[in-house]
Amino acid sequence: MITATATEKETKNYLNAESGLKSWLLTQDHKRIAILYLIAVTAFFIVGGLMAVLIRMELATPAGDLLDSNTYNKVFTMHGVIMVFFFLIPSIPAILGNFLVPLMIGAKDLAFPRINLLSWYIYMAGGVCAVIVLLSGGVDTGWTFYTPFSSTYSNGYVILTAMAAFINGFSSILTGLNFIVTVHRMRAPGMTWFRLPLFVWAHYATSVIMILGTPVIAVTLFLLMLERGLHIGFFDPAYGGDPVLFQHLFWFYSHPAVYIMILPSMGVISEVVSTFCSKKPFGYTFIAFSSIAIAVFGFLVWGHHLFVSSQSAYAGMVFSILSFIVAIPSAIKVFNWSATMYKGSVRLETPMLYALGFIGLFTIGGLTGLFLAAMGLDVHLTDTYFVVAHFHYVMVGGAILGYMAGLHFWWPKITGRMYPEAWSKIAAGLTFVGFNLTFFPQFILGYMGMPRRYHVYPPEFQVFNVLSSAGASVLGLGFLIPGIYLIWSLKYGKLAGPNPWGATGLEWQTASPPPTENFEITPVITTEAYDYAALEARQLEVSHHG
Amino acid sequence: MMQAKSFELFPEAASTIAGQVDALYAFLILVSAFFSLLIAFLVVYFAYKYRARPGVPFNPEPHDDHSAGGMILEIVWTAIPLGLSMIMFVWGVSIYFTESRPPADSMEVYVTGKQWMWKIQHMEGAREINELHIPVGRNIKLTMTSEDVIHDFSVPAFRTKSDVLPGKYTTEWFQATKVGQYHIFCAEYCGTKHSGMVGTVYVMSQADYNTWLGAGSGEGSMAEQGQSLFNQLGCGNCHASVVNNQNGRCPNLVGLFGSRVDLKGGTSVRADESYIRESILYPQSKIVAGYEDYMPTFKGLITEDGLLKLIEYVKSLGAKNGTQNTATSMPVQTGPVPQESGRAAGLNAFGNQAARTGQNSGATANRPPQGNR
Repeated sequence: MITATATEKETKNYLNAESGLKSWLLTQDHKRIAILYLIAVTAFFIVGGLMAVLIRMELATPAGDLLDSNTYNKVFTMHGVIMVFFFLIPSIPAILGNFLVPLMIGAKDLAFPRINLLSWYIYMAGGVCAVIVLLSGGVDTGWTFYTPFSSTYSNGYVILTAMAAFINGFSSILTGLNFIVTVHRMRAPGMTWFRLPLFVWAHYATSVIMILGTPVIAVTLFLLMLERGLHIGFFDPAYGGDPVLFQHLFWFYSHPAVYIMILPSMGVISEVVSTFCSKKPFGYTFIAFSSIAIAVFGFLVWGHHLFVSSQSAYAGMVFSILSFIVAIPSAIKVFNWSATMYKGSVRLETPMLYALGFIGLFTIGGLTGLFLAAMGLDVHLTDTYFVVAHFHYVMVGGAILGYMAGLHFWWPKITGRMYPEAWSKIAAGLTFVGFNLTFFPQFILGYMGMPRRYHVYPPEFQVFNVLSSAGASVLGLGFLIPGIYLIWSLKYGKLAGPNPWGATGLEWQTASPPPTENFEITPVITTEAYDYAALEARQLEVSHHG
Repeated sequence: MMQAKSFELFPEAASTIAGQVDALYAFLILVSAFFSLLIAFLVVYFAYKYRARPGVPFNPEPHDDHSAGGMILEIVWTAIPLGLSMIMFVWGVSIYFTESRPPADSMEVYVTGKQWMWKIQHMEGAREINELHIPVGRNIKLTMTSEDVIHDFSVPAFRTKSDVLPGKYTTEWFQATKVGQYHIFCAEYCGTKHSGMVGTVYVMSQADYNTWLGAGSGEGSMAEQGQSLFNQLGCGNCHASVVNNQNGRCPNLVGLFGSRVDLKGGTSVRADESYIRESILYPQSKIVAGYEDYMPTFKGLITEDGLLKLIEYVKSLGAKNGTQNTATSMPVQTGPVPQESGRAAGLNAFGNQAARTGQNSGATANRPPQGNR
């Protein structure tokens, strides 16, 4: 095993190895590509977030007094398209996964560094399409592009928006392919499958979904473009198509896509909880295999989006029972994380606060998914704010809190700097409180019957909408503050050192920021993952000799 | 009631199914609250109890995934959620089957969705827009279709909804239990004025309902309107609609509805609403055994509302199960007759065309020319 010590060598790292714009735009270093993604994905998060601000401002009153209906529809569509395709799907895999998977398995880089750079360019090409749509007047289909509205009736830039998601999909596919090959072929000597960090397991499962699911959405969007552009009938009954077919194809990808967004977060949480309890995750193998189970079962539940779409009741039953079954691996993870804390040495540092927030919110998000899997109840709840609340608990409470936990956990590794502790804890607290205030009232609104995507709503729904909008401003603050102190820390943060959290992963055994080649010598792994006793022994040794 | 109250947590329950849905909801809330609080308690308690103590060396107990204790825990926390979720599954399915199967004695109402309004036709001939008047305590079955995009007819107080699809019929049923007014929402996003595609269900006592129906419209029942459409379109030239009469070229329609029809090629189909609709619009897709592919398509010549009238007429010619839907001749009238529906009435092959263009929403006019964007 190698240990990085503070020498003058540490000043040479992936960030300052080369300089100039060209060195960044043509880099093949997975760590630099991760930074490229970080910048682009953050930009899209800001745009998507501004759309959310407009939505919540409009919904503070029952009347449509801020935006007209057409604009409101375009705003929630762009919020969904940008957040799903350009933020949530790439966020953890393309930023943290890109940066960490090679480091965690003791590799120099991903298996295909050039393809990795190509992925980023493809992502940017898709992103440019989305920005053109946004600037030239937008689109009003909703991120779900349901036909025949999207293919025949929408008055927005449907083809270009579909193209944005279509192109972006190739970036996902290539990233997934890269991760799978890397994990199979690039593990350091001694890094057996069951010594892999759970973060890597989660990314492996995610990659499987990416390469199996994304081609289906690509085909679906392509058919949509053909129908809209050339009037070739696939989905519109006026051209002899079937509108429900689109929903089947769309959700065949888009439900597994939910797991593309949440599985990497679960990987982050496993790392963070273990580190801040100084304890191996309870049930390592169960957590690892539950990721795989989610990836497999996730492909078999899409029909639970179609309980009121004239789908056969018997098909519905199969989708319903499988939807309950896919919840079990998630429950196993939550129980295992909680059990990891038992008799651990718990430190409530910022990443841990985000992780605990994740556990709470994801639990609620997962449990409310059961409401929607229960067919008789889903009939009342589907297409209402209950669904909006449910998937925001999973996507924001789960995926984004996991991302924030990961970003705060590995920020010292990525930048070599620490961020201010007090501010970051305040931000974590604000995010948790603001999030619940924003989205919990929406469960109630949903059961009361308020439909999604309503620009104007009956006055009896106002109380909860006002609560929600108020919560959203707190939540916005919770995201704004980290934006400020993380940038501040780049220059003023105190130096982190190689392993500020006392974590066991290989990435913590090299310098912060790591050198371009990741490790000076290829590490040889002799112990299980999460061996805190070995870490302690090593540190004692270092302090002895040092 | 839909009147705004200051603070509500729960919608009005006004149908026979609502109580069942609420019971399942309550069960799920209990289970969810239990597990959420359990996890929250464990996390907070462990975070406090096992907090790191600076200066005190920490030696984690070696943990083996395959130890007996660990395995038992894993099995327990897999089996309990699995068992609970299977209860939810069965419960949910049983409610769904009740929700999705209209009782045989239901009173039928026809619904056509279009951007952005609900057009409703009663069998007796009454028509309304964005309003649905029904008697309390009767099973009501809606047969629904869309003229353009997908809509969804949702009545939260009844805890039910169903998508309304172009090109096919879906059904939804309920029995209102309380006189009152309840929201109708379009729950499937359908474009610019989606949130304006709302209406009101007026649940009335049977007596009030009869009075409302009896206001009279002079247009005749749906079946009567269907019959005149049938004559105007010349359907009767080939299709006999009298018992034991056979025009020769096409099947007799008496007793057709609900019967099993043998098709050319050896298969058979049940003559339901969708079959009749398909046979009018796409006659070549299912040819009755013993007949030729003779009938031309009536696609583009007839509106969705007109199709529903024709179907109602075919139903009135006798159903297989013996319940003869007699065409009531009582003239009925809705409250304020919306301007459009006046035109949609009394269709004929040419008037229909005119109405289609006139209402700016016929099959062609409704589909704006698309730029290739």
